Amino acid sequence: MSSTTEREKEAPRPVRRPGDRIFEALSTSAGILILLTLLGVAVFLTLEGLPGITASADEIGGKTGGKGFFAYVWPLVFGTVWAAFIALIIAVPVAIGVALYISHYAPRRLSSTLGYVIDLLAAVPSVVYGLWGLLFLSRELAPFYQWLADTFGFIPFFAGNPSGGVSANSILTASLVLAVMVLPIITAICREIFLQTPRLHEEAALALGATRWEMVRLAVFPYARSGIVSASMLGLGRALGETMAVAMVLSASGVVTFNLIGSTNPSTIAANIALQFPEAFGTFTNVLIATGLVLFVITFAANFAARAIVERRKDFSGAN
Amino acid sequence: MAKSIDVSDLNIYYGDFLAVEGVNITIPQKSVTAFIGPSGCGKSTFLRSLNRMHEVIKGAHVDGKVLVDGNDLYGADMDPVNVRRMIGMVFQRPNPFPTMSIYDNVLAGQKLNSKKMKKSEADTTVERALRQAGLWAEVKDRLDRPGSGLSGGQQQRLCIARAVAVQPEILLMDEPCSALDPISTSVIEDLIHELKTEYTIVIVTHNMQQAARVSDDTAFFNLAGVGQPGKLVESGRTEKIFSNPDNPATEAYIQGRFG
Repeated sequence: MSSTTEREKEAPRPVRRPGDRIFEALSTSAGILILLTLLGVAVFLTLEGLPGITASADEIGGKTGGKGFFAYVWPLVFGTVWAAFIALIIAVPVAIGVALYISHYAPRRLSSTLGYVIDLLAAVPSVVYGLWGLLFLSRELAPFYQWLADTFGFIPFFAGNPSGGVSANSILTASLVLAVMVLPIITAICREIFLQTPRLHEEAALALGATRWEMVRLAVFPYARSGIVSASMLGLGRALGETMAVAMVLSASGVVTFNLIGSTNPSTIAANIALQFPEAFGTFTNVLIATGLVLFVITFAANFAARAIVERRKDFSGAN
Repeated sequence: MAKSIDVSDLNIYYGDFLAVEGVNITIPQKSVTAFIGPSGCGKSTFLRSLNRMHEVIKGAHVDGKVLVDGNDLYGADMDPVNVRRMIGMVFQRPNPFPTMSIYDNVLAGQKLNSKKMKKSEADTTVERALRQAGLWAEVKDRLDRPGSGLSGGQQQRLCIARAVAVQPEILLMDEPCSALDPISTSVIEDLIHELKTEYTIVIVTHNMQQAARVSDDTAFFNLAGVGQPGKLVESGRTEKIFSNPDNPATEAYIQGRFG
């Protein structure tokens, strides 16, 4: 938008400095490159995935368990969204709490140290998180899951196995690992936004006799709301696409269930591709690529939804 | 409900730095007292010490006494939160909460003070406060719109409405017109005249004509030099300070010879 208006404005004045011209060319091509990359991915996924979508169950072969594409992809979609959703439910409140502590409560030295540590979490490779989840977290969590099943077994989420046992390699463990993985990005963005709260608004709240917490509620959270949504969506994007950690932790069997701690769990699209692709051939390869296309679309939809949420409250956003 | 303020031997520090030194002043109730003086003389700092808002800055502290109707604001059992609920403040730049409607902005302080409020009671409070702030006629049809959509002068009156909605005993104003155009300024000055029948008002201003127009008493602050603490040079009835001040520095400042 801005580039066209600039061009119109410059039309009567042909004098252009070389620095401006070079920079404009550089930034324009960078912008176009992003679009081309995205387009390339979309075209690849569509072309390669289409045969998988249109193929009948017989053509695909036994790899999907005799199911057509849509019957095959539906549990994966469910598992992907469900795992990411639980991860966000766990991660967002923690991230907001940590960010708020860093921005408004901690003494300065502690807050910068804590900031570094949180950023470090983002630098840990996902394979390492997978190992941690598989070899440490799931073992430590097993007794807790058993307790959950014994105490809250009447709630479908905590039903456990029909035999009464639980599985620690369940979707809840995978979501916990995901939550740890998305925590740094959400925390970092929330922290930056909380720090940008205008001092004027903070003082307005304090001068009305707000306590520190009331000041946060009156001035900081409303100002940061759209930022928190954006941060959560970036986290969601990462959680939706996370492959390795989920593939390692989750014992998946391609079912649709809300049971969080049972031994039969829905898989996620990304983890499923990673696990199946090495042995895939023929039409099944196309099916896997098509599931990737579905993931691509879900991620887009999540981002658009986030934009819509932010947009709806624009008048009240504090940006005007 | 308006109360007088007695300040004795007040020193204000930012960490080790003495910002304002040895202030002694009595601010009478139901009147307007203006603080004037050159930039950096500590008048805003002193104003903020009257509702402990200076404590927002780390390391700020005072010694001396500030008595509001005999109660020491800095007494051991005095919570700054309660002080600020009793002493309202209007800032230099209008700062309505941008995410709240006009209606909710007016009630923001009320909601902190008393948790539950009937809808009819809330409506009455909003109308009373907005009428007091001279804003009712302009916004009564759009109370659900964001406060940030108003003009600068309207926003400032909204902030005044927000401050008076909780019926404070004292209203502090820190250069309330410095970000406003002359017409909005004059509206707010008229408003200050009306408000002083109910509230004790203390106003900091850079504008000497404004001090002369709105205030009953005036206090002149000055500082000896950069890095020196600000001091209260002289205070008294506005007519006297502006026509026949005791201190030559006051006279020089009033006549525009410095500052």
